[in-house]
Amino acid sequence: MAGVDEKNLALLDEPPVIGPGQTFDSVTDTITDVVLKRPIGLGWLAGLAVGMSLLGLLGVAVTYLFLRGVGIWGIEIPVGWGFAIINFVWWIGIGHAGTLISAILLLFKQTWRNSINRFAEAMTLFAVACAGMFPLLHMGRPWLGYWMFPYPNSMGVWPQFRSPLVWDVFAVSTYATISAVFWFVGLVPDFATMREGATNPFARKVYGMLSLGWRGSARHWTRYEALYILLAGISTPLVLSVHTVVSFDFAIAIVPGWHTTIFPPYFVAGAIYSGFAMVLVLAIPIRKYYGLEDMITMRHLQNSAKIMLATGLIVGYGYFFEAFIGLYSGSTYERFMLHNRWFGPYAAFYWALILLNLLVPQVLWWPKVRSSTSWLFGISLVVLVGMWLERFIIIVTSLSRDFLPSSWGHYVPTRWDWATYAGTIGLFTAAIFIFIRIVPAISIFEMRMLLPQSEVKE
Amino acid sequence: MSHAVTAPSIFGLMAEFETPTDLVRACKAAYAEGYRDMDAYSPFPIEAASEAIGFHKSAVPLITLIGGILGGTSGFALQYWINVIAYPLNIGGKPYNSWPAFIVPTFEMTILFAGLVGMFGMFALNGLPRPYHPVFHVEQFSKVTRDRFFLCVEATDPKFDLTGTQQFMERLKPLSIAEVPH
Amino acid sequence: MDNKSQGKSEAVCPSKLELAEVRDKLARAKSGPQYWRSLEELAQTEGFFEMVHREFPRQASVWPEGASRRDFMKLMTASMALAGLSACVKQPVEPIVPYVRQPEPIVLGIPLYFASAMPFGGYATPVLVESHEGRPTKVEGNPDHPAGVGSDVFAQASILDMYDPDRSQAVTYTGFIRSWSDFATAVKGPLNSQTAVQGAGLRILTRTVSSPTLAAQLNAVLAVYPQAKWVQYDPLSRDNVRAGAQLAFGQYVETRYALDKADTILSLDGDFLSSGYPGFLLYARQFASRRSPELKEKMSRFYMVESTPTNTGGKADHRLPVRASEVEQVARAVAAGLGVGGGSAKPEQQKFVAALVKDLQAHKGAAVVIAGDNQPPAVHALAHAMNQALGVVGATVFYTDPVEAKPQDQTAALKELVDDMNAGKVDLLLIVGGNPVYDAPADLKFGDAMGKVQLRVQHSVFQNETTDFAHWHINATHYLEQWGDARTIDGTAALIQPLIAPLYDGKSEYEFIEALTGSSASTSYEIVRTYWQGKMTGDFEPAWRRALHDGFVAGTAYPAKAVTAKSGFIPTLSPASAGDKGGAPNLEVMFRRDPTIYDGTFSNNAWLQETAKPMTSICWDNAVQMSVKTAEKLGLKTEDVVEIDVNGRKVKGGLWRTPGHPDDAVTVFLGYGRTKSGRVGTDVGFNAYALRTSDAFYFAGGKVSKVGDGYGFANPQGWQFIDQSGIPGAEDMSDRHIVRKATLEDFIKNPDFAHEGIEAPAPEFSLYTTASGEPLFQYTAAKWGMAIDMNSCIGCKTCVVACQAENNIPVVGKEQVMRGRHMNWLRVDTYYEGGAENPTAYYQPIPCQQCENAPCEVVCPVGATVHSTEGLNDMVYNRCVGTRYCSNNCPYKVRRFNFLLWQDWDTLQYKMMRNPEVSVRSRGVMEKCTYCVQRITHGRITAEKDNRKVQDGEVITACQQACPAGAITFGDLNDPNSKVSKLRADSRNYGLLEDLNTRPRTTYMAVVLNPNPELEQSERS
Repeated sequence: MAGVDEKNLALLDEPPVIGPGQTFDSVTDTITDVVLKRPIGLGWLAGLAVGMSLLGLLGVAVTYLFLRGVGIWGIEIPVGWGFAIINFVWWIGIGHAGTLISAILLLFKQTWRNSINRFAEAMTLFAVACAGMFPLLHMGRPWLGYWMFPYPNSMGVWPQFRSPLVWDVFAVSTYATISAVFWFVGLVPDFATMREGATNPFARKVYGMLSLGWRGSARHWTRYEALYILLAGISTPLVLSVHTVVSFDFAIAIVPGWHTTIFPPYFVAGAIYSGFAMVLVLAIPIRKYYGLEDMITMRHLQNSAKIMLATGLIVGYGYFFEAFIGLYSGSTYERFMLHNRWFGPYAAFYWALILLNLLVPQVLWWPKVRSSTSWLFGISLVVLVGMWLERFIIIVTSLSRDFLPSSWGHYVPTRWDWATYAGTIGLFTAAIFIFIRIVPAISIFEMRMLLPQSEVKE
Repeated sequence: MSHAVTAPSIFGLMAEFETPTDLVRACKAAYAEGYRDMDAYSPFPIEAASEAIGFHKSAVPLITLIGGILGGTSGFALQYWINVIAYPLNIGGKPYNSWPAFIVPTFEMTILFAGLVGMFGMFALNGLPRPYHPVFHVEQFSKVTRDRFFLCVEATDPKFDLTGTQQFMERLKPLSIAEVPH
Repeated sequence: MDNKSQGKSEAVCPSKLELAEVRDKLARAKSGPQYWRSLEELAQTEGFFEMVHREFPRQASVWPEGASRRDFMKLMTASMALAGLSACVKQPVEPIVPYVRQPEPIVLGIPLYFASAMPFGGYATPVLVESHEGRPTKVEGNPDHPAGVGSDVFAQASILDMYDPDRSQAVTYTGFIRSWSDFATAVKGPLNSQTAVQGAGLRILTRTVSSPTLAAQLNAVLAVYPQAKWVQYDPLSRDNVRAGAQLAFGQYVETRYALDKADTILSLDGDFLSSGYPGFLLYARQFASRRSPELKEKMSRFYMVESTPTNTGGKADHRLPVRASEVEQVARAVAAGLGVGGGSAKPEQQKFVAALVKDLQAHKGAAVVIAGDNQPPAVHALAHAMNQALGVVGATVFYTDPVEAKPQDQTAALKELVDDMNAGKVDLLLIVGGNPVYDAPADLKFGDAMGKVQLRVQHSVFQNETTDFAHWHINATHYLEQWGDARTIDGTAALIQPLIAPLYDGKSEYEFIEALTGSSASTSYEIVRTYWQGKMTGDFEPAWRRALHDGFVAGTAYPAKAVTAKSGFIPTLSPASAGDKGGAPNLEVMFRRDPTIYDGTFSNNAWLQETAKPMTSICWDNAVQMSVKTAEKLGLKTEDVVEIDVNGRKVKGGLWRTPGHPDDAVTVFLGYGRTKSGRVGTDVGFNAYALRTSDAFYFAGGKVSKVGDGYGFANPQGWQFIDQSGIPGAEDMSDRHIVRKATLEDFIKNPDFAHEGIEAPAPEFSLYTTASGEPLFQYTAAKWGMAIDMNSCIGCKTCVVACQAENNIPVVGKEQVMRGRHMNWLRVDTYYEGGAENPTAYYQPIPCQQCENAPCEVVCPVGATVHSTEGLNDMVYNRCVGTRYCSNNCPYKVRRFNFLLWQDWDTLQYKMMRNPEVSVRSRGVMEKCTYCVQRITHGRITAEKDNRKVQDGEVITACQQACPAGAITFGDLNDPNSKVSKLRADSRNYGLLEDLNTRPRTTYMAVVLNPNPELEQSERS
């Protein structure tokens, strides 16, 4: 199978998914050395320091939030949701690329994904962790957050299952759990490798336990593969459902600018869009810094870029259709909502969104751009900002001016909004940096399968 | 544990190979020889190997399916019971049994249970976690997580006979042969 | 259950003795400048510890010696609140008569109602006070009072004033705590020396007095000191009205209108539909009674010649915006048209005047001309003359003896007083109420003059600017704490009975004045009762009880009296007497009472401060208002900081562009810029009194210059046009059919106008029905609904304050209102139509619409807002986790969220004030209008007790009770004969945003204006 792949590559003459001259041994060492041999570098320390300090900021912001209440943020009536929900949607979206790479591409037998799925999944987990915080933080009484879960209680009351927020609870927690399962299952054989490779007895013990005593038995591999495919199979509808459910938070409501059926596909596409942007933002520096160019080749970056281009166009279609429906619907509220987005108090943000999210990424049509890491890195950042703006526009402009003009308002974030946002970025960064140093950032056993030697010749 | 009585002093014999091809060939030969209690070990999944040692289908998919069905039904049942039986409420004039709204949690529950049951099922079937296993006594075996491939014929196999099996293995031209103590 | 409640009542009702002891300890301790510190003093007393031990055994036992200040406060406040709860404490000792037929002992949990009256602006506002276990908790209108049912913002908010912790709590001498007896002895000497000179050096300065008792007392004092002078001064004095009467009739008369008899109403800048206008309650109801379009051509037509836009002008069918100084010219033109005097209007006004004159003449005998208090005497004289010419005296206009006890030219009197003080003629000055240092005309420099007086005594409820200039300050009682009397607009004497014993041992003005005659012993109860002993007809005791019960002394209304205008007095008036004050190039600066804090008296009242003012909807501020055109001309924009200069006197304020404001003029509201008010009212807004001089009392010439920008107003709504949208290319709001309106003509032609061209899903269209096609939820028990008549609503905001008082709604302060976090459950939206020069205004009170298909409920993840069996959209506070999703999804945005902890949990007074039947919400919880569910429950329980259904009108919501115009109707929609059902069936009835299929239970009656066909086209263009 891998052979077939090789041929295709030859035909398309694209860069290979794995550098030439690699052996089982070299692959294993290149990857494990990052964790086991390589000394702690200044760059890594600096990165971690940045992450940790932002994380500290998050601590401060959250403490103050719990002491004073959500009033420290810019939210108000009518704009009851602000940064908290914007960031929630943004982070969840970023997470999606991970699952897509590990699950959907696996189903499509896109073996090139083997070298990026591991840290893409890690990214998913950390992004979901960041996202998961916000629904709790944005509550007026966060200490009662557990009321969202259906548990038998003395009050005899239960969650209200018609509310998209309850759907969120189910979707996001399921998503987090399954992603973790997928990630861990994928790691078990590599933990075994680490176990054998580790010199430090303590590390050896820990990896030993994590590997569950994996010994590469053929029977185990068979069951293992079966489950791995099944997980991919269920994760695929799951990942699609998660952002669909998130989009329901808006689509179910009657607010003009929210109440539209285009949201689910449009949100999912947007999620993958920003997700791949984040993958590139992470992959490009990591492969350079740890000399993994042979594992994460230009092929990966280019494919990611292509996916961004595709999903970006879907998102653009979303913008267009939103406008079309708005004008075509004949609903005075919808029409006004559009004018308000285009020329209202937040117009600048809307046009910035169009520029960053729709126009700039079009340069990806040029192969030159796709094969330049610096270009890709820059565009990915642009897309991340753009996708954040999209959520801002959807939430803030729609809420700030809805049905009764008497109740229109204007939302302005406070420094605490920014602090919380920056804080979660810190959490994400710190987590990624730590992850790189303790877990093989690339799936070793799957990389071995990419080697020609892995073929069984008859 | 009937076999404990008749248990020989060792766990089995292990042959080491360099390529997956050698391993698969060895497995086929062993199977043809009539060995059944054996196992192949490799640094990455090799379908052919497990085929060769006569291991064809696993129960993992079935278990996962059951998990999914369990999750889905219990998920919907919970919502129905809450909204229609335990604590019916007039929510915005919607019916008590607003089943379309209940689909989402039902779906998520299906996925959740399928995933968890599948994972635990797989490990259970594999008898993991198992920190100790005789094969780890063989010192080259540590390379099974890197670049070596092993075939281990176990002593519990009725055809197993220390000398005979060893001779059989030598015919497979392995890198090495080792006794696997208990 | 039973013995449980017994145990409770024991716990909360300690034996009178100890509590009495604690109470006067408290009282004595209260006489400290620092309220809390003095409570600590109190804490040391045996009695308190003992009480706490009995009421809080657990806490008290674990209470360490020298507990932390915080722990102490917790226990202290809690226990005091309970002390308040126990009926035996707070009841005044004298027998007061509850509103219910048979007086009965107080039952815990069952409120009692007492009729009383609020002395206000020289008149009495009839009120009915709800009392819970001896604590007044809510002021309502007296539904049986001849001088007007319903209520106004000031009466509604007065309860907060009484419990205001910033109230003066002690007698002070030059700032140091003294006792009342100290004062009594201290003042003896000076009084004796006055006896020698017949009181030549004695001056008493009061506000306008209409209290028969107090007047009698003061006259008694004057009898003892013949040379002494009694001066009255109100910053909003009705001198113009008095002078006008003098001009016309050569004597003081009270003018009263019967608007229910008037077909055509002309108001010359008289805002008779705005809180604070004398007779407001009476006129609001009368006016509304003639505005129902069902009357067809009997519906009255209302012309308004207005300077500052008020909610009154907003109700006019035709409104002519002119500067205050130019009203007289219009008045003269109209008068001329009616054959009185001569004069002609400006060219652009002539069409209006001509049509108006024609209309007035067409309704001789049933028209009325009203002049505003801020208009010069000439305009009042003209109004009198016109009314005579129209032959409506005795029909729509009545003249009676003045309601005030001693009519006088107050400004002149005050001038004289100041001169005397400067001349050193005054040795002893007694200021009873009022705050002259702050609100006297600037040119008089009252403070400096006051400084020249040997001994200055001030008697007032709050320490204020004047206190700093007085030697003695006597802390007065609030009207809810004292006995007294006052006269309503029709002369009816209303009795004031105390609802609670004085919180801080204050003295009423009656006791204060009585002290001057030496007999400081007698209480206001004795004083008032003794006064009336002579006056009441028949057997005194029953008459007295009856009067207390009803809230007024029957048969004391002044009879109409015949007065004849002096012949030919009009030419004697100087034409356009005030013209020079305005006029280009100068702007005209117009001084007006503030719609919510009146003349500054209520500046420390947070409820009134946070009530969005009618028309501008600004709160927590006064603004420099001007027309859009003038602002453009001066290159100014909203929220610029401007300086107003009135011949050398300058103040700075924020600029607000007000639709319908006359050009080349600015309006400033009085009452702000207090330097010594309280935690709420100090340093808010700017002090317009600093511009006001005794010769230009209501308008003066001035200049406006920009000195900065970005002032920042707290304004919950801003101003919106329903026929414009702020956004280029975007369509206006008219397609949303928020306000549905028609002219009377169109209405008669097509009564169903409110539903034409509007797609509202019919009730039977529903996805959710039972098998037999029935709707899923039937609401058989009851089906509460509310109908609000936008034709009657006058936008006075009384309902807003009433709701705040009834439902323990917190205030959030200016900064939070600017962030869009005001908490009012009920708001009154104001929309404009037809350009910023002279728009029509529409008022739309918005409580929770109680949708049957409530969008908020569906999205709540924890089921904290659900539907009740009676169709109420219930909000379950203690289930709410605060996701705010419900508010996002509420198309009416009636939900309010506690973004921060806004309730004051510690202040003792507020604990006593709150309505015990409404839970107090804490941080992080959503809240909203409940249709006063506590009142509904109350009604249901009473009905179930005598085993019947709740009758129509038995449950009255707070807003409905307070509405002076009777615009709000509430009841059971299941009962086809209920008022609300009938209104629902009316063709004008429509649901707000009903195209969203929310099925609101609150509906509106469309607006029908009655414009003069001759003027209509030109106006609308």
